[in-house]
Amino acid sequence: MPLTPIQTLASIAVMAAVTFLTRALPFLLFDRGDHPPKLVLYLGRVLPPAIIAMLIVYCLKGVAFTTLGGWVPPLIAGLTAVLLHLWKGNDLLSIFGATVLYMILVQGVFA
Amino acid sequence: MKRRTLAAAFPVTVPVLMGYLAIGMAFGLMLQSIGYGVLWALLMSVVIYAGSGQYLGVSLLAVGAPLHQVAFLTLMVNFRHLVYGLSMLEKFRGMGARKLYMIFSLTDETYALLSSARAPEGVDEHDFFFLVALLDHSYWIAGSVLGAVLGAALGFDTTGVDFAMTALFLVIAVGQWKSAGGHIPALIGGAATLVSLLIAGAEDMLLPALAMIVIALTLLRPRLEGNVKREEETPCP
Repeated sequence: MPLTPIQTLASIAVMAAVTFLTRALPFLLFDRGDHPPKLVLYLGRVLPPAIIAMLIVYCLKGVAFTTLGGWVPPLIAGLTAVLLHLWKGNDLLSIFGATVLYMILVQGVFA
Repeated sequence: MKRRTLAAAFPVTVPVLMGYLAIGMAFGLMLQSIGYGVLWALLMSVVIYAGSGQYLGVSLLAVGAPLHQVAFLTLMVNFRHLVYGLSMLEKFRGMGARKLYMIFSLTDETYALLSSARAPEGVDEHDFFFLVALLDHSYWIAGSVLGAVLGAALGFDTTGVDFAMTALFLVIAVGQWKSAGGHIPALIGGAATLVSLLIAGAEDMLLPALAMIVIALTLLRPRLEGNVKREEETPCP
Protein backbone atom coordinates (compact mmCIF):
# COMPACT_ATOMS: atom_id res chain seq x y z
CA MET A 1 0.00 0.00 0.00
CA PRO A 2 2.16 2.90 -1.18
CA LEU A 3 -0.66 5.46 -0.74
CA THR A 4 -2.03 7.08 2.42
CA PRO A 5 -5.81 6.71 3.04
CA ILE A 6 -6.36 10.29 1.88
CA GLN A 7 -4.41 9.68 -1.33
CA THR A 8 -6.37 6.48 -1.86
CA LEU A 9 -9.63 8.38 -1.43
CA ALA A 10 -8.43 10.95 -3.96
CA SER A 11 -7.57 8.20 -6.47
CA ILE A 12 -10.97 6.56 -5.99
CA ALA A 13 -12.70 9.93 -6.40
CA VAL A 14 -10.85 10.51 -9.68
CA MET A 15 -11.76 7.01 -10.94
CA ALA A 16 -15.41 7.56 -10.01
CA ALA A 17 -15.56 11.02 -11.59
CA VAL A 18 -13.88 9.97 -14.84
CA THR A 19 -16.00 6.84 -15.11
CA PHE A 20 -19.19 8.85 -14.64
CA LEU A 21 -17.97 11.45 -17.12
CA THR A 22 -17.39 8.86 -19.86
CA ARG A 23 -20.92 7.57 -19.32
CA ALA A 24 -22.50 11.04 -19.11
CA LEU A 25 -20.73 12.76 -22.00
CA PRO A 26 -23.03 11.55 -24.80
CA PHE A 27 -26.04 12.72 -22.78
CA LEU A 28 -24.45 16.10 -22.10
CA LEU A 29 -23.54 16.63 -25.74
CA PHE A 30 -26.29 15.06 -27.77
CA ASP A 31 -29.43 14.81 -25.65
CA ARG A 32 -31.17 17.80 -27.20
CA GLY A 33 -32.09 15.88 -30.28
CA ASP A 34 -29.10 17.09 -32.31
CA HIS A 35 -27.50 14.34 -34.29
CA PRO A 36 -23.89 13.64 -33.32
CA PRO A 37 -21.43 14.58 -36.07
CA LYS A 38 -20.70 11.72 -38.47
CA LEU A 39 -17.01 11.65 -37.51
CA VAL A 40 -17.99 11.11 -33.87
CA LEU A 41 -20.31 8.26 -34.78
CA TYR A 42 -17.62 6.72 -36.97
CA LEU A 43 -14.96 6.97 -34.24
CA GLY A 44 -17.49 5.60 -31.76
CA ARG A 45 -17.69 2.49 -33.90
CA VAL A 46 -14.02 1.93 -34.77
CA LEU A 47 -12.25 3.17 -31.63
CA PRO A 48 -13.39 0.50 -29.14
CA PRO A 49 -11.64 -2.45 -30.85
CA ALA A 50 -8.49 -0.33 -31.36
CA ILE A 51 -8.48 0.74 -27.72
CA ILE A 52 -8.99 -2.77 -26.42
CA ALA A 53 -6.03 -3.91 -28.55
CA MET A 54 -4.04 -1.02 -27.11
CA LEU A 55 -4.91 -2.10 -23.57
CA ILE A 56 -3.92 -5.70 -24.25
CA VAL A 57 -0.48 -4.53 -25.36
CA TYR A 58 -0.37 -2.25 -22.32
CA CYS A 59 -1.22 -5.16 -19.98
CA LEU A 60 1.53 -7.26 -21.54
CA LYS A 61 4.18 -4.51 -21.46
CA GLY A 62 5.96 -6.19 -18.54
CA VAL A 63 6.55 -9.42 -20.46
CA ALA A 64 10.28 -10.19 -20.38
CA PHE A 65 12.03 -12.51 -22.81
CA THR A 66 15.14 -12.94 -20.69
CA THR A 67 13.70 -15.79 -18.59
CA LEU A 68 11.17 -18.48 -19.46
CA GLY A 69 9.04 -17.40 -16.51
CA GLY A 70 8.83 -13.91 -18.02
CA TRP A 71 6.95 -14.84 -21.16
CA VAL A 72 5.68 -18.44 -21.07
CA PRO A 73 2.94 -17.95 -18.41
CA PRO A 74 1.33 -14.92 -20.11
CA LEU A 75 1.57 -16.65 -23.49
CA ILE A 76 -0.06 -19.89 -22.31
CA ALA A 77 -2.68 -18.14 -20.18
CA GLY A 78 -3.44 -15.60 -22.92
CA LEU A 79 -3.91 -18.34 -25.52
CA THR A 80 -6.10 -20.20 -23.03
CA ALA A 81 -8.34 -17.16 -22.61
CA VAL A 82 -8.72 -16.78 -26.38
CA LEU A 83 -9.28 -20.49 -27.11
CA LEU A 84 -11.69 -20.97 -24.20
CA HIS A 85 -13.63 -17.99 -25.44
CA LEU A 86 -13.75 -19.18 -29.02
CA TRP A 87 -14.85 -22.60 -27.79
CA LYS A 88 -17.45 -21.83 -25.10
CA GLY A 89 -18.05 -18.10 -25.56
CA ASN A 90 -18.56 -17.65 -21.81
CA ASP A 91 -16.83 -14.50 -20.50
CA LEU A 92 -16.41 -15.69 -16.97
CA LEU A 93 -15.20 -19.16 -17.80
CA SER A 94 -12.57 -17.67 -20.12
CA ILE A 95 -11.40 -15.03 -17.64
CA PHE A 96 -11.42 -17.37 -14.67
CA GLY A 97 -9.86 -20.32 -16.43
CA ALA A 98 -7.04 -18.23 -17.82
CA THR A 99 -6.40 -16.39 -14.54
CA VAL A 100 -6.33 -19.56 -12.43
CA LEU A 101 -3.97 -21.19 -14.93
CA TYR A 102 -1.75 -18.10 -14.85
CA MET A 103 -1.65 -18.15 -11.06
CA ILE A 104 -0.69 -21.84 -11.06
CA LEU A 105 2.02 -21.16 -13.63
CA VAL A 106 3.60 -18.18 -11.85
CA GLN A 107 3.25 -19.61 -8.34
CA GLY A 108 4.02 -23.26 -8.99
CA VAL A 109 5.65 -24.03 -12.30
CA PHE A 110 7.80 -20.96 -12.97
CA ALA A 111 8.20 -19.73 -9.40
CA MET B 1 -41.50 -0.21 -6.78
CA LYS B 2 -44.19 -2.67 -7.76
CA ARG B 3 -43.80 -6.34 -7.15
CA ARG B 4 -44.68 -7.04 -10.74
CA THR B 5 -41.78 -4.94 -11.90
CA LEU B 6 -39.43 -6.96 -9.72
CA ALA B 7 -40.91 -10.20 -11.03
CA ALA B 8 -40.20 -8.96 -14.56
CA ALA B 9 -36.75 -7.52 -13.93
CA PHE B 10 -35.14 -10.16 -11.73
CA PRO B 11 -35.14 -13.08 -14.26
CA VAL B 12 -33.61 -10.80 -16.88
CA THR B 13 -30.71 -10.02 -14.56
CA VAL B 14 -29.85 -13.59 -13.49
CA PRO B 15 -26.95 -14.00 -15.96
CA VAL B 16 -25.49 -10.75 -14.64
CA LEU B 17 -26.00 -12.01 -11.08
CA MET B 18 -23.78 -15.00 -11.77
CA GLY B 19 -21.27 -12.92 -13.67
CA TYR B 20 -21.03 -10.04 -11.23
CA LEU B 21 -20.74 -12.27 -8.19
CA ALA B 22 -17.77 -13.98 -9.83
CA ILE B 23 -15.94 -10.97 -11.31
CA GLY B 24 -16.87 -8.89 -8.27
CA MET B 25 -15.33 -11.52 -6.01
CA ALA B 26 -12.17 -11.54 -8.10
CA PHE B 27 -12.02 -7.77 -7.67
CA GLY B 28 -12.47 -8.04 -3.89
CA LEU B 29 -9.75 -10.70 -3.70
CA MET B 30 -7.35 -8.60 -5.77
CA LEU B 31 -7.98 -5.53 -3.66
CA GLN B 32 -7.48 -7.54 -0.48
CA SER B 33 -4.23 -8.92 -1.87
CA ILE B 34 -2.72 -5.42 -2.14
CA GLY B 35 -3.72 -4.58 1.41
CA TYR B 36 -7.12 -2.89 1.09
CA GLY B 37 -9.93 -4.47 3.11
CA VAL B 38 -13.64 -4.91 2.72
CA LEU B 39 -14.64 -1.28 3.34
CA TRP B 40 -12.47 -0.13 0.44
CA ALA B 41 -14.01 -2.77 -1.80
CA LEU B 42 -17.48 -1.61 -0.75
CA LEU B 43 -16.62 2.05 -1.34
CA MET B 44 -15.14 1.45 -4.79
CA SER B 45 -18.00 -0.74 -5.94
CA VAL B 46 -20.61 1.75 -4.75
CA VAL B 47 -19.07 4.92 -6.21
CA ILE B 48 -17.08 3.74 -9.25
CA TYR B 49 -19.03 0.67 -10.40
CA ALA B 50 -17.03 -0.46 -13.42
CA GLY B 51 -15.68 -3.98 -13.93
CA SER B 52 -12.54 -3.38 -15.94
CA GLY B 53 -12.20 0.10 -14.45
CA GLN B 54 -11.95 -1.30 -10.94
CA TYR B 55 -9.52 -4.05 -11.97
CA LEU B 56 -7.40 -1.29 -13.39
CA GLY B 57 -7.95 0.65 -10.15
CA VAL B 58 -6.37 -2.18 -8.17
CA SER B 59 -3.26 -2.04 -10.34
CA LEU B 60 -3.12 1.76 -10.01
CA LEU B 61 -3.50 1.69 -6.22
CA ALA B 62 -0.92 -1.09 -5.99
CA VAL B 63 1.76 1.05 -7.64
CA GLY B 64 0.55 4.34 -6.15
CA ALA B 65 -0.01 5.92 -9.55
CA PRO B 66 -0.20 9.75 -9.69
CA LEU B 67 -3.69 11.20 -10.12
CA HIS B 68 -3.24 12.37 -13.72
CA GLN B 69 -2.26 8.83 -14.70
CA VAL B 70 -5.26 7.47 -12.79
CA ALA B 71 -7.52 9.85 -14.72
CA PHE B 72 -6.01 9.07 -18.10
CA LEU B 73 -6.02 5.30 -17.76
CA THR B 74 -9.54 5.25 -16.35
CA LEU B 75 -10.65 7.32 -19.32
CA MET B 76 -9.01 4.86 -21.74
CA VAL B 77 -10.51 1.78 -20.15
CA ASN B 78 -13.98 3.32 -20.05
CA PHE B 79 -13.84 4.87 -23.46
CA ARG B 80 -16.29 2.40 -24.92
CA HIS B 81 -18.96 3.74 -22.57
CA LEU B 82 -19.17 6.84 -24.76
CA VAL B 83 -20.66 4.63 -27.43
CA TYR B 84 -23.14 3.05 -25.04
CA GLY B 85 -24.54 6.42 -24.09
CA LEU B 86 -25.17 7.31 -27.71
CA SER B 87 -27.52 4.38 -28.12
CA MET B 88 -29.33 4.98 -24.81
CA LEU B 89 -30.27 8.62 -25.47
CA GLU B 90 -33.79 7.69 -26.50
CA LYS B 91 -34.39 5.02 -23.88
CA PHE B 92 -33.55 7.18 -20.89
CA ARG B 93 -35.47 10.22 -22.06
CA GLY B 94 -38.16 11.29 -19.60
CA MET B 95 -36.81 9.29 -16.65
CA GLY B 96 -36.42 12.40 -14.50
CA ALA B 97 -34.13 12.14 -11.51
CA ARG B 98 -33.57 8.42 -12.04
CA LYS B 99 -31.85 9.21 -15.31
CA LEU B 100 -28.72 10.29 -13.44
CA TYR B 101 -28.53 6.88 -11.82
CA MET B 102 -29.19 5.15 -15.16
CA ILE B 103 -26.24 7.01 -16.68
CA PHE B 104 -24.01 6.30 -13.68
CA SER B 105 -24.84 2.59 -13.75
CA LEU B 106 -24.42 2.02 -17.49
CA THR B 107 -21.89 -0.81 -17.36
CA ASP B 108 -21.23 -3.24 -20.23
CA GLU B 109 -23.58 -5.81 -18.76
CA THR B 110 -26.41 -3.41 -17.92
CA TYR B 111 -26.04 -1.88 -21.36
CA ALA B 112 -26.36 -5.34 -22.90
CA LEU B 113 -29.51 -6.10 -20.89
CA LEU B 114 -31.11 -2.74 -21.56
CA SER B 115 -30.45 -2.85 -25.28
CA SER B 116 -32.14 -6.25 -25.66
CA ALA B 117 -34.68 -6.67 -22.82
CA ARG B 118 -38.21 -5.33 -23.07
CA ALA B 119 -40.59 -4.61 -20.21
CA PRO B 120 -43.54 -7.02 -20.36
CA GLU B 121 -47.10 -5.83 -20.84
CA GLY B 122 -48.44 -3.84 -17.88
CA VAL B 123 -45.03 -3.01 -16.43
CA ASP B 124 -43.79 0.57 -16.63
CA GLU B 125 -40.73 0.56 -18.86
CA HIS B 126 -38.83 3.16 -16.86
CA ASP B 127 -39.43 1.30 -13.57
CA PHE B 128 -38.20 -1.84 -15.29
CA PHE B 129 -35.00 -0.22 -16.61
CA PHE B 130 -34.30 1.35 -13.23
CA LEU B 131 -34.74 -1.92 -11.37
CA VAL B 132 -32.53 -3.85 -13.82
CA ALA B 133 -29.79 -1.26 -13.28
CA LEU B 134 -30.23 -1.28 -9.50
CA LEU B 135 -30.20 -5.09 -9.24
CA ASP B 136 -27.03 -5.32 -11.34
CA HIS B 137 -25.30 -2.75 -9.15
CA SER B 138 -26.28 -4.63 -5.98
CA TYR B 139 -24.86 -7.90 -7.38
CA TRP B 140 -21.60 -6.14 -8.12
CA ILE B 141 -21.37 -4.70 -4.61
CA ALA B 142 -22.24 -8.06 -3.05
CA GLY B 143 -19.63 -9.88 -5.14
CA SER B 144 -16.80 -7.50 -4.32
CA VAL B 145 -17.59 -7.45 -0.60
CA LEU B 146 -17.75 -11.24 -0.58
CA GLY B 147 -14.41 -11.45 -2.37
CA ALA B 148 -12.72 -9.09 0.09
CA VAL B 149 -14.11 -11.02 3.07
CA LEU B 150 -13.07 -14.36 1.59
CA GLY B 151 -9.63 -13.00 0.75
CA ALA B 152 -9.15 -11.88 4.35
CA ALA B 153 -10.40 -15.21 5.71
CA LEU B 154 -8.48 -17.51 3.39
CA GLY B 155 -5.35 -15.45 3.03
CA PHE B 156 -4.14 -17.50 0.10
CA ASP B 157 -1.41 -16.47 -2.29
CA THR B 158 -2.98 -14.18 -4.87
CA THR B 159 0.16 -13.67 -6.97
CA GLY B 160 -0.87 -13.52 -10.60
CA VAL B 161 -4.54 -12.71 -9.97
CA ASP B 162 -3.98 -9.44 -11.83
CA PHE B 163 -3.89 -11.46 -15.05
CA ALA B 164 -7.69 -11.26 -14.82
CA MET B 165 -7.47 -7.82 -16.39
CA THR B 166 -5.45 -9.07 -19.36
CA ALA B 167 -7.88 -11.97 -19.76
CA LEU B 168 -10.82 -9.58 -19.61
CA PHE B 169 -9.43 -7.47 -22.45
CA LEU B 170 -8.60 -10.56 -24.49
CA VAL B 171 -12.16 -11.80 -24.08
CA ILE B 172 -13.60 -8.44 -25.13
CA ALA B 173 -11.23 -8.45 -28.13
CA VAL B 174 -12.34 -11.93 -29.22
CA GLY B 175 -15.96 -10.79 -29.08
CA GLN B 176 -15.20 -7.67 -31.12
CA TRP B 177 -13.13 -9.66 -33.60
CA LYS B 178 -16.01 -12.06 -34.24
CA SER B 179 -18.50 -9.26 -34.79
CA ALA B 180 -18.09 -7.44 -38.06
CA GLY B 181 -15.86 -4.46 -38.70
CA GLY B 182 -13.35 -4.82 -35.90
CA HIS B 183 -10.33 -6.39 -37.55
CA ILE B 184 -8.55 -3.39 -39.03
CA PRO B 185 -9.15 -1.05 -36.06
CA ALA B 186 -7.93 -3.78 -33.67
CA LEU B 187 -4.79 -4.39 -35.73
CA ILE B 188 -4.11 -0.66 -35.92
CA GLY B 189 -4.59 -0.38 -32.16
CA GLY B 190 -2.16 -3.21 -31.43
CA ALA B 191 0.47 -2.06 -33.92
CA ALA B 192 0.33 1.61 -32.85
CA THR B 193 0.72 0.64 -29.21
CA LEU B 194 3.70 -1.61 -29.93
CA VAL B 195 5.38 1.20 -31.84
CA SER B 196 4.61 3.58 -28.99
CA LEU B 197 6.01 1.12 -26.43
CA LEU B 198 9.26 0.94 -28.37
CA ILE B 199 9.54 4.70 -28.83
CA ALA B 200 8.05 6.19 -25.66
CA GLY B 201 8.66 3.32 -23.22
CA ALA B 202 6.33 1.48 -20.86
CA GLU B 203 5.52 4.47 -18.64
CA ASP B 204 4.39 6.95 -21.28
CA MET B 205 3.16 4.68 -24.05
CA LEU B 206 -0.60 5.27 -23.91
CA LEU B 207 -1.04 8.87 -24.98
CA PRO B 208 1.15 8.62 -28.11
CA ALA B 209 -0.51 5.30 -28.92
CA LEU B 210 -3.97 6.84 -28.65
CA ALA B 211 -2.94 9.80 -30.80
CA MET B 212 -1.59 7.48 -33.51
CA ILE B 213 -4.75 5.38 -33.38
CA VAL B 214 -7.11 8.34 -33.75
CA ILE B 215 -5.06 9.80 -36.61
CA ALA B 216 -4.80 6.46 -38.43
CA LEU B 217 -8.51 5.71 -38.05
CA THR B 218 -9.49 9.19 -39.17
CA LEU B 219 -7.27 8.90 -42.25
CA LEU B 220 -8.71 5.47 -43.04
CA ARG B 221 -12.28 6.63 -42.61
CA PRO B 222 -13.32 6.58 -46.28
CA ARG B 223 -12.22 2.97 -46.53
CA LEU B 224 -13.40 1.68 -43.15
CA GLU B 225 -16.73 3.46 -43.23
CA GLY B 226 -17.43 1.76 -46.55
CA ASN B 227 -16.78 -1.62 -44.91
CA VAL B 228 -18.98 -0.94 -41.93
CA LYS B 229 -21.87 0.18 -44.11
CA ARG B 230 -21.69 -2.90 -46.28
CA GLU B 231 -21.61 -5.14 -43.24
CA GLU B 232 -24.62 -3.41 -41.77
CA GLU B 233 -26.60 -4.09 -44.89
CA THR B 234 -26.10 -7.84 -44.76
CA PRO B 235 -28.42 -9.42 -42.21
CA CYS B 236 -26.72 -10.89 -39.17
CA PRO B 237 -26.53 -14.69 -39.05
